[in-house]
Amino acid sequence: MSAQQATPRDQFLEGIALSLPVLVGVAPFGALFGMLAVEHNFSVGEAMFMSAFIYAGASQLVGIELFGSHVAPWLIVLSIFAVNFRLVLYSAAVGRYLARWPIGKQIIGYFFLVDQLFAESERRTSSGVPLHFAWYMGMALTVYVTWLISTYLGAVFGQFIPDPHVFGIDFLLTIYFFCIVLTLRTRHNWFPIAASSALGAILGYKTIGSPWHVTVGAFVGVFVGAFLPPVAAKDEAAEHDHTGERNP
Amino acid sequence: MSTTFWIILAGGVLTYLTRIGGHLVISRFERLHPRVEAGLNAVPVAVLTTLFAPAVVEGGPAEWIALAAAAVIAFTGGSFLLMFLVGAGLLVILRQFFG
Repeated sequence: MSAQQATPRDQFLEGIALSLPVLVGVAPFGALFGMLAVEHNFSVGEAMFMSAFIYAGASQLVGIELFGSHVAPWLIVLSIFAVNFRLVLYSAAVGRYLARWPIGKQIIGYFFLVDQLFAESERRTSSGVPLHFAWYMGMALTVYVTWLISTYLGAVFGQFIPDPHVFGIDFLLTIYFFCIVLTLRTRHNWFPIAASSALGAILGYKTIGSPWHVTVGAFVGVFVGAFLPPVAAKDEAAEHDHTGERNP
Repeated sequence: MSTTFWIILAGGVLTYLTRIGGHLVISRFERLHPRVEAGLNAVPVAVLTTLFAPAVVEGGPAEWIALAAAAVIAFTGGSFLLMFLVGAGLLVILRQFFG
């Protein structure tokens, strides 16, 4: 940490570089959203507005699905909120690190808090590197701009999208999050938390269906993590101290 | 303005509230209960696992071999990028055989 004298510019570029594997998964998802939005009678502008303003893929897909079935507007809004409830957990967890930023940067930073940003932030703090605003925004803006461009391309050229299965594109985000969870394996109670969360998610997926399995699995895993006996309390304090300053 | 516009607007505002909400609630507490702290530390593994677990079960040999290879690299000390690239590359190749 102290050896690292990276300028904000270096940090920003590092954030961009880290987002590159993510983009391979994000871009097809954005294009898929754009294509489905237009199929559900959204204009290109509405699809773009949704991607730019809500910026949460799974909930956007749920949203356009419900638009097609003529359910009450408040129910659509509620569903979008429910699918995004995991972001409350992200916010609570990563907020312990973002709290060191000035308030204006926090307000901007939280807008870009998506699965991938959360994953990379946790990976970074787990290895003891502090979260810098420039690093965060390098990754955040790259993912955001890619999301908007891919939404646009999907909405306009959706019918030309090749079969994603052949190129493995439909499974890349699965591999990505699998790898992220593996790199977090030194965290306390990693195995029981991952196993219980996987079990909850799979059961939820088979019974109530996607995307609600995320909420079910998340709560099972967090619950298990909260109630398992803490391992080596002093390491925990050193690793996840959120009150002390850790500036370089 | 159309209903669609207002739904997207409301959905966006609520989504932003989820993004700041967790922090706003947690930051009200001077000290966190150890159980809450442990629960928060569990969030990354608990939530990120749900994003891939069902897809693994729904997958076939190509998907499982690709993930197993990534896991082997992880446990033999390989970097994150190497894990991801080997997993993704293997998947594309294996999908040509297993469909």
